[in-house]
Amino acid sequence: MSALLEIRDVVVRFRVRGGVFSSAGSVDAVSGVSLDVEEGKTYGIVGESGSGKTTLARAVAGLHHASEGSILYRGQELRGLVEGAFRPLRREIVMMFQDPIGSLSPRLSVKSLITEPFRIQGMRERDLDAEARRLLAMVGLPPEFAARYPYQISGGQARRVGVARALALSPRLLIADEPTAGLDVSIQGEMLNLLARLQDELGLAIMIITHNLNVVRHITDRVGIMYLGKLVEEGETEAVFAAPQHPYTLALLAANPEPDPDAQLMRVELQGEPPSILRRPKGCEFHTRCPFAQPRCATEVPRWQAAKGGAHRCHFPAGWDTAAAAS
Amino acid sequence: MAVLDIRGLSVGYSTPRGELRALRDVSMMVPEGKIVGIVGESGCGKSTLISAIIRLMAPNARVGAGEVRFQGRDLLAETEAQMRALRGTQISMVFQDPMQTHNPVLTVGRQMMDIQYRERLSRAEKRQRAERMLALVGIPDPEARLNQYPFEFSGGMRQRIAIAMALMAKPALLIADEPTTALDATLEVEIIKRLRELQDEIGCGVLFISHHLGVIAELCDEVVVMYAGEVVETGSVRDVFHAPAHPYTRALLECDPGHIKVKTRVLPTIPGNIPDLVNLPGGCIFADRCERRHAACAARPAMALAGDGQRAACHLITERETA
Amino acid sequence: MTDASLPKPRSELGEILYHLVRDPLGLAGLIIVLAILASAVLAPWIAPYDPIALNVPDRLQGPSAAHLMGTDQLGRDTFSRVIWGGRVALQVALPTIGGAIFFGLLLGMIAGYGPRWLDNLIVLLFDTIRSFPTVMFALAVVALVGPSLNTVILVIMVTSIPTYGRVVRTLTQSLKEAEFITAEKSLGASTPRIMAVHLLPNVLGPLAVLAAMDIPTVVGLEAGLSFLGMGVKPPTPSWGSLLNDGYNLIRNTPWLIIAGGIPLILTTVGFTFLGEALRDVVDPKLRGKGGK
Repeated sequence: MSALLEIRDVVVRFRVRGGVFSSAGSVDAVSGVSLDVEEGKTYGIVGESGSGKTTLARAVAGLHHASEGSILYRGQELRGLVEGAFRPLRREIVMMFQDPIGSLSPRLSVKSLITEPFRIQGMRERDLDAEARRLLAMVGLPPEFAARYPYQISGGQARRVGVARALALSPRLLIADEPTAGLDVSIQGEMLNLLARLQDELGLAIMIITHNLNVVRHITDRVGIMYLGKLVEEGETEAVFAAPQHPYTLALLAANPEPDPDAQLMRVELQGEPPSILRRPKGCEFHTRCPFAQPRCATEVPRWQAAKGGAHRCHFPAGWDTAAAAS
Repeated sequence: MAVLDIRGLSVGYSTPRGELRALRDVSMMVPEGKIVGIVGESGCGKSTLISAIIRLMAPNARVGAGEVRFQGRDLLAETEAQMRALRGTQISMVFQDPMQTHNPVLTVGRQMMDIQYRERLSRAEKRQRAERMLALVGIPDPEARLNQYPFEFSGGMRQRIAIAMALMAKPALLIADEPTTALDATLEVEIIKRLRELQDEIGCGVLFISHHLGVIAELCDEVVVMYAGEVVETGSVRDVFHAPAHPYTRALLECDPGHIKVKTRVLPTIPGNIPDLVNLPGGCIFADRCERRHAACAARPAMALAGDGQRAACHLITERETA
Repeated sequence: MTDASLPKPRSELGEILYHLVRDPLGLAGLIIVLAILASAVLAPWIAPYDPIALNVPDRLQGPSAAHLMGTDQLGRDTFSRVIWGGRVALQVALPTIGGAIFFGLLLGMIAGYGPRWLDNLIVLLFDTIRSFPTVMFALAVVALVGPSLNTVILVIMVTSIPTYGRVVRTLTQSLKEAEFITAEKSLGASTPRIMAVHLLPNVLGPLAVLAAMDIPTVVGLEAGLSFLGMGVKPPTPSWGSLLNDGYNLIRNTPWLIIAGGIPLILTTVGFTFLGEALRDVVDPKLRGKGGK
């Protein structure tokens, strides 16, 4: 029953220095998020800029301190672990970063980059040449790439190097932050197919962070939609796509224009701009932009409600007749 | 008549390895009052094309051949002073990054009034025009907002201000270079809607550059598909997206996950890489990645009529006709 | 194919040299600098005369086949003194710059990467040192302990540390936030490892440029102090004391002041060219972009 990764009511709080208009205080970039990532499965976290999705990912990877809640990895509490205690876990929990080239140390050759995990974890007895060759082959790069430097490779190739070093030590959980950002459509598929193949081969669990719902739809088992540091909807991918309940999920789905000029647009238009996390709206945080907002939404925080295959936090969910939607 | 008519444009960059032929024999046009989308992946020559149109090219760039006709004048033959007079009045631009296009130390109002320096209007009139433009792009409370600095606006608002500023001079041509790429999807939709409304009102021609097929489909009337420095297909958005005539266009459309309705674990891709633009292969530029490659592809295909107003550079079209 | 050994990356130093000599400015700088270094190292063999041997009858001669740059008021061969003076100049410049780089790197990286209070402390130290005018500071120290080569080295080194330290600190601070540093942390890299393997190589390039540009300044400072009689003690040849003699004897012969000035100018030009060319070459991303 217990999942590989159990996130419960996690809050990541940052201190804010006072400016001209605001006093010093704190801000919850992640504000009470709970979700489970099962062994060998893919979980997608979807949200736009400022939704806290990257912060959540980094908290799981031990790069931000979670202020409240618990992050259980195979039953072990990660919250509050000091770096020394976290280090052995870094073999099992690895992260891929948004900027493919910027996340590679610029003065290191590809060989050094992909064999670094062995050196960091003190596994010097390994034949690093052989490991480099194995990892390059695994991500589909020719051995000649070992001698290249980050500035000599393309974004797509740098992504593969990122995958190679993340998977060097055969981890169990890969956190991929926008793994297709900046990639051309024709290459995006290659990256996602590579991740899917490696997942099948290595039995890896993947937590994928993205703003692109189209990507999530094909490669994840479960999704969570984040808005302003909170999950607003969560569930099995197919169920969420078939019958999105939360208006924000609807808006996100509609905001991914299809490459078809005659597509029937079921557009949910949002009003205004995303509010600042410094001034989180009262009640439902989405009510300021929600086209369906009612007076109640401005005062009462919606609770989780179960829906088919998932759950959502909305007073007035879309209430899809799933049968009608499918037709 | 076309606002912009590019004919046979070739641009190269001198590099230590030899000449990088970034654009080769590119022809396309923007009819008056139409929105034309240019779509293509990295290395297709989109940026080079824009810089050639507005004549702000890198120092190592060289125009090999061709014309860039703007309202009948060949821009490549204009003096630098004439170009300066055109930019910002007749031809306006909106760039990708809304965070870097405004001067951070001047208020938005000041910047919007400054760009009207060519107009013979009083300060109050200029300010009023600025206010009207802000209202037009959907900035609430424009009068007060004019006194604010760029950092006080969100990314989506700044891009709308950039559009307002670009359209203030009522240009004949607006060039929008990936204006929504840096924005979130829900804001992207909003910007596109505004752009469409404003274009209707001002009636200018728009050249809209994007790698996002969905955005092109929604916004544009016509589309130009570019690959590795060549135009491979042009036509109305409906024709091109519904019945792509070039295998690259077809492959590109298939790769867009938004196109795939049924959940799939293996996504389509276009295997291979774009060719080296310094050492160009002969023949069709797409041949080595094309699944319908055949003997004829050793020769470079010319643009052929594939349908009503739809043209593509592929041998299959002419072969189908003769067969 | 799997048995083939992996290709080795080209060495960074080789890359830099390769691109440096293809830049006319870099090549010129490199040749001048190498010539200066060679003449300093090989001074005992190149110099035709003993630089401090007196030969009063032949004093204040113009250039001739026997004395390429003439002789000074004590009949010493000026060319030999210029060659040996270069040795002295580099004896001052190299340990000074080396020491300043070492301490600048150490303090700058600690300030840039370490906790805020430490940063404030180190910056305060830098500012304190920098608030002394170098020459005045040097004069004060010399007045206290007497003129010597070692005093000059120490004084110039200490006053140069903040220049390097500040550059290193700023670079470290901006690199600290870079995504590749976060990526290394996510792999479990320790702080010393991050500093040594990932920060240091990215800081060294700009520092080398700074050092190359700084050497003429240091050489000039040494010459200046010697000119004032506060640096190298008299019989030892120094470009600065050559200039001083030339200045005093300018009515008798112009050769001395020219002989003292030319090496200073050459040093400045050579190292500045080298530094300028290095700037374009140390960043691999800018290499061979055909820019300027």
